[in-house]
Amino acid sequence: MTQPPKGTGPAGRRARRPYGVKAAPYGFLLPAAALFALFFALPIGYALWLSFHKVEIKGLGLGKGAKSEVWAGLENYTSALTDSELAASALRVLGYGAVVVPVMLGLALFFALLLDSERVRARSFARLAIFLPYAVPGVIAAVLWGFLYLPDVSPFHYVLGQLGLPQPDLMDGGPLYLAMSNIAVWGGTGFNMIVIYTALRSLPTEVYEAAKLDGCSELQIALRIKIPMVVPSLVLTFFFSIIATLQVFNEPMTLKPLTNGIPSTWSPLMKVYNDAFTGGNIHAASATAVVLALATFVLSFALLRISNRRTTQGASR
Amino acid sequence: MTGLASPPLHKAAPAAGTTPGTPQAPPRPRRTALLPTAALVLGALYCLLPVAWVVVAATKPDDELFSTFTFLPGGGLADNVTDLTAYRDGIYWRWMLNSVFYAGLGAVLSTVVSALAGYALAIYRFRGREAFFNVMLTGVLMPPVILAIPQYLLMAEVDLTDSYASVLLPLILSPYGVYLGRIYAEAAIPMELVEAGRMDGAGEWRIFRRIAVPMMAPGLVTIFLFQFVAIWNNFLLPFIMLGDDEKFPMTVGLFTLLKQGASQPSLYTLVITGALLAVAPLIALFLVIQRFWSLDLLSGAVKS
Repeated sequence: MTQPPKGTGPAGRRARRPYGVKAAPYGFLLPAAALFALFFALPIGYALWLSFHKVEIKGLGLGKGAKSEVWAGLENYTSALTDSELAASALRVLGYGAVVVPVMLGLALFFALLLDSERVRARSFARLAIFLPYAVPGVIAAVLWGFLYLPDVSPFHYVLGQLGLPQPDLMDGGPLYLAMSNIAVWGGTGFNMIVIYTALRSLPTEVYEAAKLDGCSELQIALRIKIPMVVPSLVLTFFFSIIATLQVFNEPMTLKPLTNGIPSTWSPLMKVYNDAFTGGNIHAASATAVVLALATFVLSFALLRISNRRTTQGASR
Repeated sequence: MTGLASPPLHKAAPAAGTTPGTPQAPPRPRRTALLPTAALVLGALYCLLPVAWVVVAATKPDDELFSTFTFLPGGGLADNVTDLTAYRDGIYWRWMLNSVFYAGLGAVLSTVVSALAGYALAIYRFRGREAFFNVMLTGVLMPPVILAIPQYLLMAEVDLTDSYASVLLPLILSPYGVYLGRIYAEAAIPMELVEAGRMDGAGEWRIFRRIAVPMMAPGLVTIFLFQFVAIWNNFLLPFIMLGDDEKFPMTVGLFTLLKQGASQPSLYTLVITGALLAVAPLIALFLVIQRFWSLDLLSGAVKS
């Protein structure tokens, strides 16, 4: 991996500068380009190929050559798009995202603003503590919270029980959404907080010194100056949060053994995994995966369009 | 250069307590804003809650896990660790070593690739530069599963599934790492220095190694850590690629243990102890390196 890029060896050094300089960037990019071709481009191409093919079984399906892959046209796609299980999982994840993204980014912004205001104490402790979940793998986060949700272990159940209040099953039905959302909020707030906080720190402080002289309170400064100025970071974090949320897999997969409330097709990615490796239909799974990727792209570009329009409007005002 | 290494981490005073008079950023010692401080501390406690729970739960013997109050510690931590170590001849520690291997080597290679590509994209003007960059960035949007299924099938073609390489190789290239590498190189390396190096007759590779790498170092540390955490936390790829549990990383290992726990609840204690031991090194790593490491760099914000 660390061998010198081609074209910068002895020949490049001795020859006229232009040659070495011209060839060098391609040499530097070679490892990345090769890895991209092998592990991104090729698999994507293969997934597309698979999605347009199906297995055809001749005769009894025994012996060599009895199974062959034939062109399927859009067949896999029509069955993916009309699959009620996929639609249900997409709806579930959209509902989950509708809770996670606003709550997580709201908290991230709130904590970032608190970290950035000068009369607040315990800032480095809080910053580290809130960022800490970033270091905890999603699977382990789900294990930890999963046990905290189990009726026999949960402190929430204990407290509710002591107060004589009803104890909802956190792993089924409506509460499951909140329980699952809580894991994502817990895991993601810190990272987004750091991104927004960094943006706040890079703002010129003169602006709010001036506002302070004019008698603005910290709250007014936060609402009128700081938040509008970190809109680009908010857009970025929003964008990545949506994509990450739609791709949720690890947490529901990990919680599944602890409850009967999570079907094996809870999220679209679980459905794809299930089709490919449990159901053994890689062609259908590939078509579903391509549909999901396209949906992600469409959504991403739509979001970028909207946010661009917003920010340019804001700037021209 | 100083811009790179001047994070708020150093600026913010070690305000550990909430008492007024804690050494805080100099100029005017003002009244503590109580309500906002309380909100921040509450947020911190919320984030620490599951970690505190796992520390307590890992001390409980089997029979106490489901019977005593959640936050009441037991006295069985040593026994639990012994049980975990004894489980299937210490396969847990094997998973831990595997994770260290995947994340450590993967992050090193990933950093090298990101540094090379980021440097090239930042310093040179060449045909296809933006096209390459944009194509690579769309990789960020690719759902992991659309990659993982064909990656698995292609690995199977070359008989590489269920090998260390099948988990390591696909994770080396990180589009986000390349993006960060480019930003750091743009911010940290003045073109004049590169030109001066050329005047002195140094080749491009030598300029990269002797001038660029040292200047990009703080950024490279960030890319390394980012990739280390990303690979350490990865679940989907090893889950799909590996069948032999001797090669599992920690995440997949604990997942299978938890799954078996559904029929053998006594394994739950092992899962909990295992979770604690898996989280502890990463937390320790964070506490140690946060002095040297600027969180700013994670978001790609660099002042020039």
